[in-house]
Amino acid sequence: MRRALLIAVPYLWLLALFLVPFLIVLKISLSDTALAIPPYLPTLDFTEGWAGIWGFLQELDFENFTFLTQDELYWRAYLSSVQIALISTVLTLLVGYPIAYGMASAPEHWRATLMMLVILPFWTSFLIRVYSWMGILSNEGLLNQLLQGLGLIDQPLIILNTNTAVYIGIVYTYLPFMILPIYAALEKMDAALLEAAEDFGCSRLTAFWLVTVPLSRQGIIAGCFLVFIPALGEFVIPSLLGGSGTLMIGKVLWEEFFNNRDWPVASAVAVILLLILIIPIILFQRNEQKQREREG
Amino acid sequence: MRRFTWFNATSLTLGFVFLYLPMVILVIYSFNASKLVTVWAGFSTRWYGELLGNQAFLDAAWVTLKVAVASSTLATVLGTMAAYVLVRSGRFAGRTLFSGMIYAPLVMPEVITGLSLLLLFIGIGLDRGVLTIILAHTTFAMCYVSVVVSSRLVSFDRSLEEAALDLGCTPFTAFRLVTLPIIAPAVVSGWLLAFTLSLDDLVIASFTAGPSATTLPIKIFSAVRLGVSPEINALSTLMIAIVTVGVITASLISKRASLAQQRDAQAAARAQ
Repeated sequence: MRRALLIAVPYLWLLALFLVPFLIVLKISLSDTALAIPPYLPTLDFTEGWAGIWGFLQELDFENFTFLTQDELYWRAYLSSVQIALISTVLTLLVGYPIAYGMASAPEHWRATLMMLVILPFWTSFLIRVYSWMGILSNEGLLNQLLQGLGLIDQPLIILNTNTAVYIGIVYTYLPFMILPIYAALEKMDAALLEAAEDFGCSRLTAFWLVTVPLSRQGIIAGCFLVFIPALGEFVIPSLLGGSGTLMIGKVLWEEFFNNRDWPVASAVAVILLLILIIPIILFQRNEQKQREREG
Repeated sequence: MRRFTWFNATSLTLGFVFLYLPMVILVIYSFNASKLVTVWAGFSTRWYGELLGNQAFLDAAWVTLKVAVASSTLATVLGTMAAYVLVRSGRFAGRTLFSGMIYAPLVMPEVITGLSLLLLFIGIGLDRGVLTIILAHTTFAMCYVSVVVSSRLVSFDRSLEEAALDLGCTPFTAFRLVTLPIIAPAVVSGWLLAFTLSLDDLVIASFTAGPSATTLPIKIFSAVRLGVSPEINALSTLMIAIVTVGVITASLISKRASLAQQRDAQAAARAQ
């Protein structure tokens, strides 16, 4: 009895506030736009019994999805979200790997402090971390002041409100997610392996490529997914650092909903975003499972 | 691992400069006397004064704090229950769906979570306000709590619980006297995580908040959309200061606790 109650409370909570809302999104994505509140048709009416449900099912159509495939804006937004997320993931890897490598090579009594230094920014507000770049990257910002002061440039570089600023923002905010799994993989590595490679005549760089990188592969894969998945649906970074030309699907969904008040299209955008995300999520889980099997 | 080279030292230094410099600059410029945020015009605490006189920000801060305390506490209770069910309850009907619903919100884009909850609240005719933000935050935060707590539950010695049951405890007393003290650090860090997630959330709160309730992130977002502002710099500095003090205190407390535990263990070993 107690056990049933223990299971039921969190179960029902998640059903009511996670699964049901998601089914509503799915349903509205198949409805028609209407000038009313709520602004969509048809609505499911249980009072009419089976006839009501049948009528509801007949009214459903894939019109919004057809609309999404016909309007070029959405195609471009999906493609450019994937592109921005991919480029940022690669950049985060390039910035994060040397840091994780440095942490794993540091003397052991430093490591706990270094870990805390990597995690600390994660506890500070995401919004503030993104905002802190606005003052640095703007046309009269500190970066341009510095470069002009050094005489490196005559005209201010236009960075804020471009995709470059979005890349910087994603690399900056998601860096801890990349560093920690790579560090965890590198820390477990046996230094004797590198010494052996060097004894056999590998240069340090070759030893790095042939020994260190393959052994940290799991960490690299995990880090890349942990950056790519949230970056794909990102809203705050493109809307604060990106420009009007920055197309990201999270931003499009927001604007469809809040500015155009087109709920069915916003819901259809959400459903497709989720369909795109399912592929990396399944790959990620498979990777984690493989690793667990190898270790277990 | 291997010797610490100049390359390692340089990449660590540059890495931490990259991670911390933007926030250091933000803090420095919050003490700037000028309204122009990128021109230094002498030291001043003017913006802190203006911030404290701004009723709209204070109201938003109060709403945010209420939401964060309520939702993280609820999320900790529900998340701990969910973790216990996942780790200890064995098989039951719908278990796969249950664990799916625990893990899915962790990877769900915030815009989708926000949109779906808003459509639910409108569908059932619940007025949007503080309550709907609390419900929304509890739902996604409980999943984080259950992940943190279940990792602790997995690593814990089950025979302790069984011993308590053998000695005549009811399952609930065994949980309270044996399990809870052992998983307490994970429950506390789960609560802290839920609290921070709630304080920090902009997207889900924007969807689920009505005109009657504005949280601090919503307020900050609408202010910075128009550009950098010195008042927001001051507010950010205060938030960074609170988090830094909080995290350092928490880590000192946990360090002291683990030292005390070690001492106890050594004393016990000597006594034998």
